[in-house]
Amino acid sequence: MRVKADLHIHSVISPCADLEMSPVNIVNRALANNLQLIAIADHNSTLHGPLTKELAKRHGIHCLYGAEITSKEEIHCLCIVETENQRVALQDFIENNILKISNKPDVFGYQVVVNEQEEIIQEVDYYLHAALNKSINEVSEFLQSIQGIFIPAHVDRLKYSLTSQLGFIPPDLKFDALEISKNSKVSDFCSHNRIESSKTFIRNSDAHYIHQVGEIYTEYEINDISLAGLRDAFDKKNGAFVYPFQ
Amino acid sequence: MTVKDISEALNLKVCSGHNGLDNEVTGGYTSDLLSDVMGNAPAGAVWITLQTHINTIAVASLKDLAAIILVKGLEPDANTADKSNEENIPILSTELQAFEISGRLYNLINKK
Repeated sequence: MRVKADLHIHSVISPCADLEMSPVNIVNRALANNLQLIAIADHNSTLHGPLTKELAKRHGIHCLYGAEITSKEEIHCLCIVETENQRVALQDFIENNILKISNKPDVFGYQVVVNEQEEIIQEVDYYLHAALNKSINEVSEFLQSIQGIFIPAHVDRLKYSLTSQLGFIPPDLKFDALEISKNSKVSDFCSHNRIESSKTFIRNSDAHYIHQVGEIYTEYEINDISLAGLRDAFDKKNGAFVYPFQ
Repeated sequence: MTVKDISEALNLKVCSGHNGLDNEVTGGYTSDLLSDVMGNAPAGAVWITLQTHINTIAVASLKDLAAIILVKGLEPDANTADKSNEENIPILSTELQAFEISGRLYNLINKK
């Protein structure tokens, strides 16, 4: 089946995301934009995953858990998992390795967890945009160890990307796909970075404001809307694939 | 001036790439963005950085840099050290931060 997915959505817990980015609003917007698969990928946090998944399920939308981890080299990495055990492992990995700097809400923004009624139930006191003391290779290895999916985020961007921080894609780095922004063509990126175009590229909204949810998405041919189905599409296995885009 | 002269004068620890200690040093470049170093570092420079990733050696080799100095007591990753030995590009380490070691290297190179 053909599935429309946005795997990089920030919620209100991300200091840079708009206060309207509550799980309720995100799910409603995903529904309006006909997304069948979403992932909440906040900066160094998975805490809004469980509520978003529960709300999404009521509308028949599949929601995966995610986080946009900042590596030691300040590279943003989209990390996606499926089960609650994997989510907890990912959250522990982040909390055990992040540089804990006090957040200043008036400078960086609020980092709050809300419930279904949009009441604040938790506030994270350390700055979530800080880096972990783990290299990108170590983040990749960790995701492999918990059977998660590892995708370097917005690889074509001039900040916080694999290419901006490390100059080029390390030949030994293992990744499931690369996320590219709508500003670049895959063919141009591959020729500038000496990378085979057979690698899997995807696009997501990286939404920080509610109108952006699902504005940019990727379509997948998958047999089953799940992490395993997604992995098949990245690996072009069992008849699954990512629909090409320029 | 060679990498060895600099490492002795500035009291640097040689972490790897010992076979490159006779590399000639003609300048320095301080930056943590590898794409910036690829674009702007001059050949023969000693590169001062906090990046320990293996890509640093590829960049240093591409730009014919003499050596890399890691700041704040940082040490190379294991695979970075291996690549440094392979490419004969020494990785040196200092407890000082980038501003201080840059100043000392600048004075040393420009003394003569």
